[in-house]
Amino acid sequence: MMLGFSLAYLSLIILIPVAGLLWRTAGLGWDGFFAVLADNRTLKALYVSFGTAFLAALVNVVFGTLVAWVLTRYNFPGRRLIDAMVDLPFALPTAVAGIALAALYAPNGWVGSLFMPFRIAFTPIGIVIALIFIGLPFVVRTVQPVMEELDREVEEVAATLGANRFQTMTRVILPGLTPALMTGFALAFARGVGEYGSVIFIAGNIPYVSEIAPLLIVIRLEEFNYAGATAVATIMLIISFVMLFVINFIQAWSRGRYGNG
Amino acid sequence: MDVTINKIRKEFERFPALNDVSLKIASGELIALLGPSGSGKTTLLRLIAGLDFPTKGEIFFGDEDASHHSVQERNVGFVFQHYALFRHMTVAENIGFGLKVRPAATRPAKAEIRRRVSDLLDMVQLSGLEKRYPNQLSGGQRQRVALARAMAIEPRILLLDEPFGALDAKVRKELRRWLREFHDRTGHTTVFVTHDQEEALELADRVVVMSQGKIEQVGSADDVYDRPSSPFVFSFIGDSTQLPVEVRQGAVLFQGEALGIAEPGERTGQLFFRPEDVELTEARDALSGKVTACRRLAGTRIAEIDIANDGHAPYHVEIEVPLHAPVELGSDIRFRPTRWKIFAD
Repeated sequence: MMLGFSLAYLSLIILIPVAGLLWRTAGLGWDGFFAVLADNRTLKALYVSFGTAFLAALVNVVFGTLVAWVLTRYNFPGRRLIDAMVDLPFALPTAVAGIALAALYAPNGWVGSLFMPFRIAFTPIGIVIALIFIGLPFVVRTVQPVMEELDREVEEVAATLGANRFQTMTRVILPGLTPALMTGFALAFARGVGEYGSVIFIAGNIPYVSEIAPLLIVIRLEEFNYAGATAVATIMLIISFVMLFVINFIQAWSRGRYGNG
Repeated sequence: MDVTINKIRKEFERFPALNDVSLKIASGELIALLGPSGSGKTTLLRLIAGLDFPTKGEIFFGDEDASHHSVQERNVGFVFQHYALFRHMTVAENIGFGLKVRPAATRPAKAEIRRRVSDLLDMVQLSGLEKRYPNQLSGGQRQRVALARAMAIEPRILLLDEPFGALDAKVRKELRRWLREFHDRTGHTTVFVTHDQEEALELADRVVVMSQGKIEQVGSADDVYDRPSSPFVFSFIGDSTQLPVEVRQGAVLFQGEALGIAEPGERTGQLFFRPEDVELTEARDALSGKVTACRRLAGTRIAEIDIANDGHAPYHVEIEVPLHAPVELGSDIRFRPTRWKIFAD
């Protein structure tokens, strides 16, 4: 019963739309599909999308872990407030975030003007910043519960064995967090690849430079080139799926090695 | 390594967990810290390890004042109740950890670490399991890995916090005997914390009985069982009965009646005796009560007796009765302690 329900639910929400996507793309035929794929603008857009999402996810893994650590291990006034603020990127309309970030990091913005003549907004760096904002809660919220369950005794035992704080961190704590870090990375990365609303305001959307793949899809749609749009979408789907599959595989492997993640 | 604990006080947010505790541990001794939860026994162990620092007082390792040395500097082996193994490391990596994290100058070569790990695995009888991960081991095996890991750094003293607390009864007994042999073989100064008196009495050279942040008594199993120095020790270790008595002109009076036992001095206090230290008697000057239950306990038979207490709840006493002459339920019975102790109020 439950299985049937789950399958029906997944079909309605995910499988049927994806199938429709593939169906539409199939209308192009292989030659048309490869033509879209080989188009330099498509390639550049994909490169920008995946490259910035990857960088942002990396940054988020480092600083998200730091934030989660401070929130779980330190008690300071306003801790609960900051803890709640971590979820803001989930709730805030992405366009609002994008406009706010663009205003801040634009060449005449508060932060952006400090870096002139180096430009932050309207370059891929601006995209990375927007994606860091969007992806942060994914890392914090996956790592935090695992951190809370970390056994303090394991750290104490490492200290009695002579390990200093740095060694305890790198050899004992972080390896224990790896599966959670990878999940957080995967979520932030996947979200970053698909992010649209916040990015288009800060990216500048210059073709071949700072144009993301989701925007290219929208542009193709506006040209009534539905097949072209679905082709780009299909390529994104395939790449994302392969990457998530690989990450899942690594996770399963590390779980199998030392019990639960 | 002998350890001297000198007038230690430890407060947690102004609440004293240990109060003026002093203890000398001789080199090579196996010492048990025994007490109910909240008695401060684990706190004392953690202070020796350097996982916590005393509010007042000093801890000496040999002649060296270690009070302000960090846990890393102290070089102690510590074993937790729940093993605290590194889950992402194999058994061999767990054991070798303490050697691998040493600074380059004192770190043994890789081959030497491997050899030491394999020796330790032999010693804890886990050879062949070096490639396993902790979640692939039983509780007893995990505890032995934890012990081997602690031994790998050649600690000056071995500290065990409720080492058998998480194991089932049978494994616990085996491991207890094994630890005794292990200690006799290696001769490490060892301190372990337990709330299980049987474990403490069976295993330790000396037992430190603690209560409410203080040491009540330090002594061998015979000392603390046969010659308890305080009402707490008498009632905490083994079974005992406590009755309020008066000592008048060399006789002990209970409820104003002589008990037929002699005690010097003039005072009021609490009479303590153990179930096995009584004799049944027909004499008038003795304790008397009604048998409410009689049960067989391994090689002995225990009678539960209620002594009437004039309008209050009766005193409940348990005594050992002859195995082959069971007493009748509901009958009156008379008895006297043959060995006892009176602690003045």
